Amino acid sequence: MDSGMEDNTKAIRMKKGEKKILKKQIKASHTLLKHEGISTTSQPTKSLVVANGGLGNGVSREELSTVLKEFGELEKLIMHPQKPYAFVTYRSEESAQKAHIHLNGEKLQCGDNSVTLYLSYVDSVICEEGVSISLPEGLTLLEDFVSLEEEVLLLSAIDWSSSNDDVTAQKALKHRRVKHYGFEFRYDNNNVDKDKPLPSGIPQECLPVLERCFRSGHINIMPDQLTVNQYECGQGIPPHVDTHSAFEDTILSLSLGAQTVMEFRHPDGLLLPVVLPARSLLLMKGESRYLWTHGITPRKYDMVPACDPQSPAHTMADLGAHSNLTLSKRGTRTSFTFRKIRHKPCDCAFPTACDSQGAPSVPSVSSPPPSPPSLPCCHADAALLEEEYVHRVYDTIASHFSSTRHSPWPNVCHFLNSLPAGSVLADVGCGNGKYLGVNPAVIAVGCDRSSALVQICADRGFQAFVSDALCVPMRTDSCDACISIAVIHHFSTQARRLAAVQELMRLLKPGGLALIYVWAFEQEYNKQKSKYLKDQNRGHPENHNLLKDTTQDSQGPHEISGQHSEDSHKPVDNIQDIGKLSVHTNRTAFNTQDLLVPWHLKEGKRQGEEESRDSGKKDKKKDKSKKTPGKPCPTASSQCEPVPSTDSTQTPYQKLKSESESSPAPIFHRYYHVFQQGELEQLCGQVTGVKVQRSYHDQGNWCVVLKKDELIHQ
Amino acid sequence: MKLLTHNMLTSHVKGVVKGYPLLIKATEVKMNEVEFNPQFVSRMIPKLEWSALVQAAEELGHREDLPGELMAEYEKDEEFLKKVHRVLLEVEVIEGCLQCPESGREFPITRGIPNMLLNEDEV
Repeated sequence: MDSGMEDNTKAIRMKKGEKKILKKQIKASHTLLKHEGISTTSQPTKSLVVANGGLGNGVSREELSTVLKEFGELEKLIMHPQKPYAFVTYRSEESAQKAHIHLNGEKLQCGDNSVTLYLSYVDSVICEEGVSISLPEGLTLLEDFVSLEEEVLLLSAIDWSSSNDDVTAQKALKHRRVKHYGFEFRYDNNNVDKDKPLPSGIPQECLPVLERCFRSGHINIMPDQLTVNQYECGQGIPPHVDTHSAFEDTILSLSLGAQTVMEFRHPDGLLLPVVLPARSLLLMKGESRYLWTHGITPRKYDMVPACDPQSPAHTMADLGAHSNLTLSKRGTRTSFTFRKIRHKPCDCAFPTACDSQGAPSVPSVSSPPPSPPSLPCCHADAALLEEEYVHRVYDTIASHFSSTRHSPWPNVCHFLNSLPAGSVLADVGCGNGKYLGVNPAVIAVGCDRSSALVQICADRGFQAFVSDALCVPMRTDSCDACISIAVIHHFSTQARRLAAVQELMRLLKPGGLALIYVWAFEQEYNKQKSKYLKDQNRGHPENHNLLKDTTQDSQGPHEISGQHSEDSHKPVDNIQDIGKLSVHTNRTAFNTQDLLVPWHLKEGKRQGEEESRDSGKKDKKKDKSKKTPGKPCPTASSQCEPVPSTDSTQTPYQKLKSESESSPAPIFHRYYHVFQQGELEQLCGQVTGVKVQRSYHDQGNWCVVLKKDELIHQ
Repeated sequence: MKLLTHNMLTSHVKGVVKGYPLLIKATEVKMNEVEFNPQFVSRMIPKLEWSALVQAAEELGHREDLPGELMAEYEKDEEFLKKVHRVLLEVEVIEGCLQCPESGREFPITRGIPNMLLNEDEV
């Protein structure tokens, strides 16, 4: 900065036509009055407002003060952050007059750009130091946390050569480069593959730093994930909240190589820029971790406190209240962000920003319904929600849905085939009836809430009727077996899910068996991704063509911007109403248990094309030819999605349609409650007279076999 | 709807104590030939409410000479099994309704499918 002094002086150029300058000066005065409430005066005073000479125009304090000082001693120079003007007060009115005469209309060269200064007298200078605003709750900045030697050591521990990309999931993002250790952070769903650790854990060199954090009580659990970001001058990261469901509370961010300014934003709009000096450690906890967004604006200069920018005492101060600022050119900053993977849904006190508690997860690929519903709290609301977001949707998509549901899941077939000949079987939520014919030796009856789906069963020659799973019109103790495949996750309250299990148990004879499948929150189990996730990149029937439609152009490897083209371009912190259900991104891990899952309706579907391919045990070609009334297709598949219900006679639910021009296929949203490990067993445990005989995970579903006690009844 | 299905259905209208068996009011009944499997039929019989089956067959005019009560060793009587087969699996109600014997609530049968959904105030 010192070296710039001479250049700046030279930068002042010859005067131009004075009329033009006067006109511009008057215009600048008007602008200042209109937008900033600054009133100028034609009478000379000691103070001037220097239009265009502000930090907001890229003018640094040093550059401006250098030229101003040529005309006399300054009493003060006030530069507000982001403002396109500055105030200068000279010791004498004479100096101010000189400055006015010589600088008005002059160009000032600042780095790469030049600005034309317009000066006007002002009676008083607005100089609010403001009340110093404290850092966001839970935010701590520890300066000089690592020594210069450690800094070198840490930076050299990161190998940016691309030879080991796969080991550390190195990515060149749009605005920075990034490497992951321990676990990869995925920018498509802003989450981590928790069951898939990377081959490369946190580098050894980091351990002393982490141990120091641990010993000093800053953290009480060692991080197991490290993301290293390298920002060149001019690069940044959009404002975001680290996904709640992905990481535990405390997040550590070590700044190495150069300082930067990180901006913290409260959802109410409060913005607090915080200077992060090189070798400092930032601890984000509580509110600052869960509620405030943080980001780094991509730019080449930062505003930092003017008084000795090297002084730690000032760098820590938040910048928002400062009028005594200057610009500091950015260098290459490498940040080490240490986080601890979270294995249970987040239960923080900030539900509006919590994806585990229903807040929208960040990258919603499909457009949400115009007004997403809230999670119901009473029975009546729940019934309404299910009516709109389950029943009507299934009736509308029945035909397309059915065309993607021709492959019974192998383990369900296994259960059905294990039933003794002559058993009475009820399939509650039978969908298109794909299980009704699996074992021809049993007496199978199906029911579903969707009359459109039941009609498909009837056309195939199966016995089925329309009914609600909470009130199945069958005799008590009449069934040897019941199945409920991908049904109970459509009930939107715990009480209704319990009632659904109780109703199944009522139907069973003493000693009878029920098989229940629900969609699992955990789409990876024993390090195996479910088919649902695996099929992400495959041209595939069900969620399927959808992914292709919507994801392609919108699923950039980056958070926020760019990604939400159809989504009104919301920054991450733009939180929807409290408790609104979030829209799931097809084929990604779940961020929350209660959500809306998009169905992209394919019109004029061609069934043959949609033939399932996966874990099929039988020849698929045969299935195709058999896809006619009569028999279900006996292919093993792994669709993870369900089936249930709706009543008929409803028109398609228009409100849910997305009219996005980018995808001609209408999108419908179904409500799901995805079950956590153990939750299904726990639910069934509340039903009396029943034993959980077996429970297991099957391709992204939680499953139980229940047995009704022999002793009770009859 | 086959009579096999009818044999399992009951009315769950709120307040109803005895919603079984449902009365059948058919406007269209069809006979669908189904392959006869004596073993399957004889396994099915103990799962049935026999009197309800007989009553339903009667209502539809298809009772033939089914006995009011099951006789012993029916599984050896192929003629009997054929009759049961016919009544249980071949008679289909295409249009009409099912009626709750106690409340009188009617459940429509359209294109062979009973719609047993209840209104909110009936649950």
